[in-house]
Amino acid sequence: MVALAGIVTLLLVAVLVISALVAILGNLLRARKLANLGFTVFCIGGATLAIVALAAILASLLANGFSGINLAVFTQDTPAPGSQGGLRNAILGSIAMCFAGMLIAVVVGILAGTWLAEYAGRTKWTSAYGSVVRFINDVLLSAPSILVGLFIYTVLVARGVPLLSFISLGHFSGIAGAISLALLAVPVVTRTTEDVLRLQSRQLRESGVALGAPLWVTIRSILWKAASGGMITGALLAFARISGETAPLLFTALNNQFNGLNWNPADAFGLNGPTANIPVVIFNYALSAYDDWRRLAWVGALLIAAAVLGINILVRVLSAEPKRS
Amino acid sequence: MTALPADQTPKGFAKRVLRPRGATFDPIFGFLCGAAATLLLAALTGVMISLAIGGWPAFAKFGPAFITSTRWNPSPDVVGGEFYGGAGPIVGTLITAFVSLILSLPIAIGVAVFLTEFCPRILRRPIGIAVELLAGVPSIVYGMWGLFVFAPLFAQLVETPVASWTPPPFMADFWNNIIIGDMVPNGSGILSASIILAIMILPFMAATLRELFLTVPAKVRESAYGVGCTPLEVVMSVTLPYVRRSAIGAVMLGLGRALGETMAVTFIIGNAHIFPKGVFAGGSTIASTIANEFAEATTPLHTAALIALGFVLFIITFVVLAIARALLGAQRQA
Repeated sequence: MVALAGIVTLLLVAVLVISALVAILGNLLRARKLANLGFTVFCIGGATLAIVALAAILASLLANGFSGINLAVFTQDTPAPGSQGGLRNAILGSIAMCFAGMLIAVVVGILAGTWLAEYAGRTKWTSAYGSVVRFINDVLLSAPSILVGLFIYTVLVARGVPLLSFISLGHFSGIAGAISLALLAVPVVTRTTEDVLRLQSRQLRESGVALGAPLWVTIRSILWKAASGGMITGALLAFARISGETAPLLFTALNNQFNGLNWNPADAFGLNGPTANIPVVIFNYALSAYDDWRRLAWVGALLIAAAVLGINILVRVLSAEPKRS
Repeated sequence: MTALPADQTPKGFAKRVLRPRGATFDPIFGFLCGAAATLLLAALTGVMISLAIGGWPAFAKFGPAFITSTRWNPSPDVVGGEFYGGAGPIVGTLITAFVSLILSLPIAIGVAVFLTEFCPRILRRPIGIAVELLAGVPSIVYGMWGLFVFAPLFAQLVETPVASWTPPPFMADFWNNIIIGDMVPNGSGILSASIILAIMILPFMAATLRELFLTVPAKVRESAYGVGCTPLEVVMSVTLPYVRRSAIGAVMLGLGRALGETMAVTFIIGNAHIFPKGVFAGGSTIASTIANEFAEATTPLHTAALIALGFVLFIITFVVLAIARALLGAQRQA
């Protein structure tokens, strides 16, 4: 691949040098055509290079991941080095944390997005505040996820906020992991909710007023219903984003050799303690020296990539892109 | 028809008829929505304040040396005791982000132009969708590929030949100090990390640029073709100038991703706490340092120093993202 990159670069340089020479020597039309040829070669070469590189990544992911998949991956817990095992606890932990995170994110994100779309424009002050929140949301949308992890660590793991006493905080826990994932998902949900609500026509809002419904009933029963497709899309995109996040979980959920999950609500379904999850298992196992662990890391990476790509494709199918020229 | 104005309706009657069911919940609902929006603001402010407070012991103890010194010494037993100077990771972050941007920007523009100008119509949508899907692949996948597939190849095909080449005397200094540094030919280092980062941000930037290029009205482009422009001239003098502002914003967003990326870098940068000694030498970034050391930090000062590094990263990315958003303006690209 590197060799390919070298060849492409050499070709480009050659074509550019020749075209420059011709430009100096005269014949403007031929020079323009040559420059354009160089540009075409560059674009096609660049696109080929990009596709080859990305295909190589997916190919090695499939090759290394599929060879390691077996039933034990889904039925056994993460092993000690050298012994048989699977990823069951990590898969369950990831699913539990992602769902818990999404639960928080959907509630907060939809309400915040609704405020931005429906309430912010009412007065001069609220609309100024609205644009501040919108800007903050955009920053959060692309803020480094490891900083979100650090934030949750300093607030919930290192100290523990006393008002949440029914959940035990102040140590590494799945709850802290879920909250940091929620913080990463909220901006996506907020953004898509606001965007789809803005697309709803004025007549829909007027129809609610005409029926004499209070504003919140209009929003709940008319606007949210009309915008539900776009809102589901946003939630799915947020879910896809957080299911692959590793950095924020490194020092919030940490890891757990065993399946800590249970059906006891008083124990927050087991999320009170350190919780195994696929991304952190991949991180630990990939950097280890044991072949079994590395094999499981590849399997985990394949599972995560498949989940994320699957959700993204589902989103595509749900909301077909409008045709453009 | 003589209808009574609302304010003249008899008392007791008006309340039942004119107040719709559930109206009392209206202000509560509005308040909940406003509270959720405020929560977003609180979250970002919380990130900034908690990082500033958590990192304060390190800032207070080392002062400007925290930014300028390259000595990163977590062990209290060594001469001089614990000392944390973050210049190595800070510079490593900036170098890897900018090199990856330089590597991936031309190719991203190439891909976007290819998709809007040269690509056969049938392939346009599939390739465009593929690029967008790849932008969503979790970064740890890129990191693993970098560690297990790219690094061995890079060591064998690039680093070994580079290490054995003896430069002519006039450029020996430059070669040994800027390029090679203290390279260990095992495939990891600043350049490898930059290449992996470049591959990671490539689909994102290509997808965003393609979206931007598609906003150029077909009539404008066609009129340029109509007066005899070649595709190169159309791109250079019509498409790019038309989207210039937003394109710079999109590039800054890509830069923001590269600056804060953790997983794709941590696997392959070599994790050496030094001021990078050369393009091929090992180094570290802020994010990789935090990811590697945070769970194992033993002293409170070590933890504080890592959080302080996080604060520096926050400031850098905040500035970059703020500029990006200002440039993207009303376009509001993802």
